[in-house]
Amino acid sequence: MATDARPNTLFRNLNAKLAALPMILCTMLIFVGCSLWTIIYSFTSSKALPVEKFVGFAQYERLFNTSRWVQSVENIMIYGIVALIFSFVVGFILAAFLDQKIRFENTFRTIFLYPFALSFIVTGVVWQWILDPSLGLQETMRNLGWENFTFDLISGKDTVIYALLMAGLWQGTGFVMVLMLAGLRGIDDDIWKAVRIEGIPKWKTYIVVVIPMMRGVLITTLVIVSAGIVKLYDLVVALTNGGPGLSSEVPAKYVYDFMFSRANIGQGLAASTVMLATVFIILIPWIYLEYGNKGKK
Amino acid sequence: MMNEPYGPRPGKILNPTRIMVYGVLIVAAIYYLLPLYIMITTSMKGLPEIRMGNIFALPVEVTFAPWAKAWDSACTGLYCEGLKTGFWNSVLITIPSVIVSIAIASVNGYALSNWKFKGSEVFFTILIFGSFIPFQVMLYPLVIVTRELGIFGSLWGIIFIHTIFGMPILTLLFRNYFASLPEELFKAARVDGAGFWGIFFKIMVPMSVPIFVVAVILQITGIWNDFLFGVVFAGTENFPMTVQLNNIVNSKQGVTEYNVNMAATILTGAVPLIVYFLSGKYFVRGIAAGAVKG
Repeated sequence: MATDARPNTLFRNLNAKLAALPMILCTMLIFVGCSLWTIIYSFTSSKALPVEKFVGFAQYERLFNTSRWVQSVENIMIYGIVALIFSFVVGFILAAFLDQKIRFENTFRTIFLYPFALSFIVTGVVWQWILDPSLGLQETMRNLGWENFTFDLISGKDTVIYALLMAGLWQGTGFVMVLMLAGLRGIDDDIWKAVRIEGIPKWKTYIVVVIPMMRGVLITTLVIVSAGIVKLYDLVVALTNGGPGLSSEVPAKYVYDFMFSRANIGQGLAASTVMLATVFIILIPWIYLEYGNKGKK
Repeated sequence: MMNEPYGPRPGKILNPTRIMVYGVLIVAAIYYLLPLYIMITTSMKGLPEIRMGNIFALPVEVTFAPWAKAWDSACTGLYCEGLKTGFWNSVLITIPSVIVSIAIASVNGYALSNWKFKGSEVFFTILIFGSFIPFQVMLYPLVIVTRELGIFGSLWGIIFIHTIFGMPILTLLFRNYFASLPEELFKAARVDGAGFWGIFFKIMVPMSVPIFVVAVILQITGIWNDFLFGVVFAGTENFPMTVQLNNIVNSKQGVTEYNVNMAATILTGAVPLIVYFLSGKYFVRGIAAGAVKG
């Protein structure tokens, strides 16, 4: 590779640069380039085709004056907050229990994680059937004797979001649990010995000692799960398709529908730029964590 | 890990805390397994049995007719060909996408861990941040890009897209793994005159079989489960199985055949589930890799 003549720095390590070319193109053209394109064209009046007629923040004004978008944002916020709290609490408890040197640990872990191997489409379709008010769980319980058993999440405008949550959490909690378990396994056994000598009860140890020590894992999990929540799409399509009415619409679906079904690209691009901004806000704690750690080293 | 006695003193088998721990785990396990149970039992019942309204009941008369119908003749709104076309489309999408994305990402990871060059870390950081960008942001520009390349709405289009979006996680996976291999090996090979590709194929790849397995599992499940990219980039005749499943279940015409729907659901979930149950630890390693900092 390197010749006797002093090599030009550009051609040093040429093979490696060639090999990394797909990555370089991917980052610069796709991740950076396409995102910039979207941001720029979200300021145009593009309808069925992208045009270079810039209209300032008009698309954004329209976006936040559209009841469907406002509803979508509200929905994803409720979904996100409940999903985060629930999956972290349950995921942590399951992980902590699995960490008690119990028997069949692998079996339990396999069971808690298998839904994560399934697609959101499969998840949505299964829960659509379980939550079906006329023949699913509600009818089953009524036929079993609880005549007034009501569990009709899907067809209620105010409750449909909880149907999404049930399905989404069933699919995703195992993932949080696995990451938590990895975090718990990273904690030194000596810590446990020390607190045992001190006589601190176990639950207190978890709250006071273990959770603060798992800060890194917790933040990383938080960022990954939140970034996933922002792009929630497939599950909604399969389970409710946004209905009843607009009551389970989400931002990602707004983007898709305006871009591909309604031929209103400007709106779709503005909406997706808002999604991008949200993800950047979510990433801040992670950047902070990475950056902070490097400072300490 | 367990080099010394640890935990509560053994012997007392039924202490209340243990009972509570096992109790919670078993209840949770039942909750997680119920949908799978309901899926399987529903798919083997006839419609009259389903209308009796007990989703927990075992099928009285086991029938595989719903399975046959889901595979061969269920209607998606336009066609009544069942899931089989979707299945083969998914196979045709998944196999080349897995191969191409892993081939490219492994070489990327190798270049990033052993042949660092000026700016390589910067690109890598952008790549990792890029993985958090919602796909929706890049969707329309990518439509334009693939259209310009002449691959929009084709198998190559969807393979291209999966290769791009698999790149961050796979590159991270390979970079970290190659970086963990002993550096002396690499140096010794260089002293012996092996070049970039020689070291990669003769030393790195043979030593990295486990991480290739992890990558394959990650990609098979990820690509098989994809819906959004399939809808947008694959083109109608290449729709993957997830898209067809959604079309079958959510096409509102005629009588809803819950048993056929559930059979179709199992068929669609079967590939990732089998991969998951067979691979166990590798799957866990793959998903945990995304959370381990680079």
